[in-house]
Amino acid sequence: MKNDRRAEAKNRLRRTMMFVSAQQPGLMKDAWIYRPDSIIFDLEDAVAENQKDSARFSLYHILQAVDCGGVERIVRINGLDTPHWREDVRVSVAGGADGIRIAKCEKASDVQEVEAAVEAAEKEFSTEPGRTLLMAAIESPRGVLNASAICEASERLFGAAISGGDFRKCMQTRYYPDGVEMAAARGNLLLAARAAGVQCFDTVFTDLGDMEGFRAEVLMNKKMGFDGKSIINPRQIQPVHEIFTPAPEEIRQAEKIVRAIRENADKGIGVFTVDGKMLDIAFLPGAVRTLALARASGLYEGEL
Amino acid sequence: MNIASVAAAGSLESGDLQVTIEPADKDVHVEISSGVLRQYGRQIKKVVLETLERLDVRAAKVTVVDRGALDCTIRARVESAVFRSAGHTGAVPWGGAVKE
Amino acid sequence: MKNAVGREIPDELLVDGREVYRGNNALDGKEYVKAGPKVRSFVKPQESKVLENIREAIVRCGLRDGMTVSFHHHFRDGDYIINKVMAEVAALGMRNITIAASSVGTAHDPVAKMIEDGVVTGLQTSGIRGGMGEAVSWGKLSTPAILRSHGGRVRAIESGEVHIDVAFIGAPTSDEYGNARGRGGKSDCGVLSYAMVDAKYADKVVVITDTLAPFPNFPPSIEAVDVDYVVVIDEIGNPKKIASQAARFSQDPRDLMMAESCARIMAATPWFRDGYSFQAGAGGPSLAVYRFLEPLMRERGITMQWAIGGITQPTVDLLNRGLLRCIVDAQDFDIGAVQSVHTHPAHYEISTSQYANPMNKGAFVNKLDFVVLGALEIDTGFNVNVVTGSDGILRGAPGGHPDAAAGAKCSIIVTPLVRGRIPTVCDRVVTVTTPGESVDVLVTDYGIAVNPRRPDLIDAMKEAKIRLSTVEELKDRAYSIVGAPDDIEFYDRVVAVVEARDGTLLDVVRQVKPYEL
Repeated sequence: MKNDRRAEAKNRLRRTMMFVSAQQPGLMKDAWIYRPDSIIFDLEDAVAENQKDSARFSLYHILQAVDCGGVERIVRINGLDTPHWREDVRVSVAGGADGIRIAKCEKASDVQEVEAAVEAAEKEFSTEPGRTLLMAAIESPRGVLNASAICEASERLFGAAISGGDFRKCMQTRYYPDGVEMAAARGNLLLAARAAGVQCFDTVFTDLGDMEGFRAEVLMNKKMGFDGKSIINPRQIQPVHEIFTPAPEEIRQAEKIVRAIRENADKGIGVFTVDGKMLDIAFLPGAVRTLALARASGLYEGEL
Repeated sequence: MNIASVAAAGSLESGDLQVTIEPADKDVHVEISSGVLRQYGRQIKKVVLETLERLDVRAAKVTVVDRGALDCTIRARVESAVFRSAGHTGAVPWGGAVKE
Repeated sequence: MKNAVGREIPDELLVDGREVYRGNNALDGKEYVKAGPKVRSFVKPQESKVLENIREAIVRCGLRDGMTVSFHHHFRDGDYIINKVMAEVAALGMRNITIAASSVGTAHDPVAKMIEDGVVTGLQTSGIRGGMGEAVSWGKLSTPAILRSHGGRVRAIESGEVHIDVAFIGAPTSDEYGNARGRGGKSDCGVLSYAMVDAKYADKVVVITDTLAPFPNFPPSIEAVDVDYVVVIDEIGNPKKIASQAARFSQDPRDLMMAESCARIMAATPWFRDGYSFQAGAGGPSLAVYRFLEPLMRERGITMQWAIGGITQPTVDLLNRGLLRCIVDAQDFDIGAVQSVHTHPAHYEISTSQYANPMNKGAFVNKLDFVVLGALEIDTGFNVNVVTGSDGILRGAPGGHPDAAAGAKCSIIVTPLVRGRIPTVCDRVVTVTTPGESVDVLVTDYGIAVNPRRPDLIDAMKEAKIRLSTVEELKDRAYSIVGAPDDIEFYDRVVAVVEARDGTLLDVVRQVKPYEL
């Protein structure tokens, strides 16, 4: 896969990554119509141990038959300590998934082991080499401590997600609305992801009845700098997209910044001011992201 | 593939189907019940037979209880039942005998 | 002869002044003389009209072979009246009875047997489900059933097209003189809108209640001046099935997504202004529209003037929050609606003539700004089917659908693109119950289409940046998901006719052929 196309694929907007059980074809076939940014077809926790084989057949045919209207199609494979994950990789690549979410990732070599299996599968099924991206789900203290190495483990890796369920148990705690029990893990993973230049996603929020608690957590995610969130239900999509949508003033500002940086770059000027603020090229990615978020919410239709 | 033992796959949830496959001496017999039999019975039967043929199943008794499943799900459930019946646990021929 | 929605109507049905459908307003301005009942006077002062039992009422009314009896469906799936009356009719050995009901459903499965036995040979209704639908679809009824909208039913009664010999009116409360109300008793159904018309036009009127109220039971929905007899029985219905638990908003994400689209569409039209009027069907996505209207109304600082139709909790909530000024009520679907019509001063009971009769001088539906309705099927001509399943079996209710769709300035159909494996948006609906001329917007989970007959709405949607598909695109999409269905096979024999609101023939339902794979 060409480098710029892969970079584009790796950096696409992922505010919402919605889990859908690969055991339920009735749900899989059109989960994309709710327009999450990504769908994660789940072969792991959502599939009973004695249905793993059957779920793969369903997944394969859904991947082949449903294009998902441009919504990214990720597969969560079973952990590397199971007998399932190699076949999971094969079916994902053969079906044409955009990426694989590695469950229970603990060290860089986990990512590399999956990467090798993906490479072999791409060869076996004549898929474009490098097409299948990877993301790492960090679910343990060890994974959090190795986050930096994990985030730098593969060219295919577009991001890392913190997964709270198992992590909280390991830490002898549970969910608290203020998020204090996850603060260290979230912070460390964000640091590692940003340092490696990959995306970072927060854990699922499981209480569908508590929309206020959900919104509060998403707002915190946004403040911390997360790219997005793993979600479990279509009802969670709109609040996330809403919270991640920039304010009209931010959009105008971002537009100005992008314009000014490009114009000044053409003239060979490195540092300059916009509305009295000192700016340089380092502000470009942030402004571009703001415009991408605005465009995804239908609030920006400009050419930048 | 050889239908060695009784095997089933799928569920009775909406949008799914349950496929049961049993050994038979010769020929393939398919029985279908579905709420959309009038509109799609012919198509369901066609997909089941095509899938069995691709998997080289020559003799079997197949019972389908359909809950409005799409063709892609019908294929998946038939394949799953056949592989289970044949005791096949190794690498699946994705894109080969198993394809859209 | 082909009618205006392209349906072939057999010539043998076009007798006795029956015509084919020629468009929604073809009969505008038509003059006619209203029918009147034959009245037996009660000159001599009397204490009571109360009889021993239903059988005595049937006998005293002079009901005999070949006559027409009417019923209402305010008790919905909890109704005991039709079965109890018809059991006595059958026990008395009568035959060739025509049932003219506002609706029949699964509660009336025992009557399906009477169709096979020849006790019932005619059926006129605005809804048909369960065993009754099966019996008619399989050709057991000896004359074609007549399916009418709620408004069309009233029109047929008031114009004399159907003459009711005896109306049996289940009422939650009545005094011994026949003043009957939807309020109180054990089987509170809120209003008696359908029965109000029957009481005025039937030769004989029997009120059946399980709760006798002191005289005068006022203000009455059914007036004693129209009532011949009162029968008190143990139970007129199952209260749990009459007024269900208050309807809660659907949590189904698909319903919510479509409901939000409906609200956005409404807000993009010129009629979404202070004082607008609204009706929503009782389906999940239709009802959920209320949830999304509320924030839009608050944002714009506007209030809804009136809401109409079958009423449920979400309508009542809007009234109680001051975002709706009044409710005009022709039927109550849940406890919330029942309680509200009894207590809220701006929640009014109306008759179904006021609600929807197209041939009176001013039905409420004609003043609607918006209506949001469901569909079993809708085709590329925007024709809607709400009565036959895609397997050809009768299992639905035109109800007020054709009336509200025709009357409203903006009628929105909301339905998922496919249900299970059935494409909702299709080439040709099995049966046309609401003509495409009445339908303006189609909202599905895969996209929105506006009827090309409404360029004004297309412009309004573009202005609001609401993305539109064509109905053909939606149909193609549906077929690409589920595959094109095989056609259902029918015999030539007509088992039911579908009347348009004005009484012209919109479509026919034919007997389904048995199917073998």
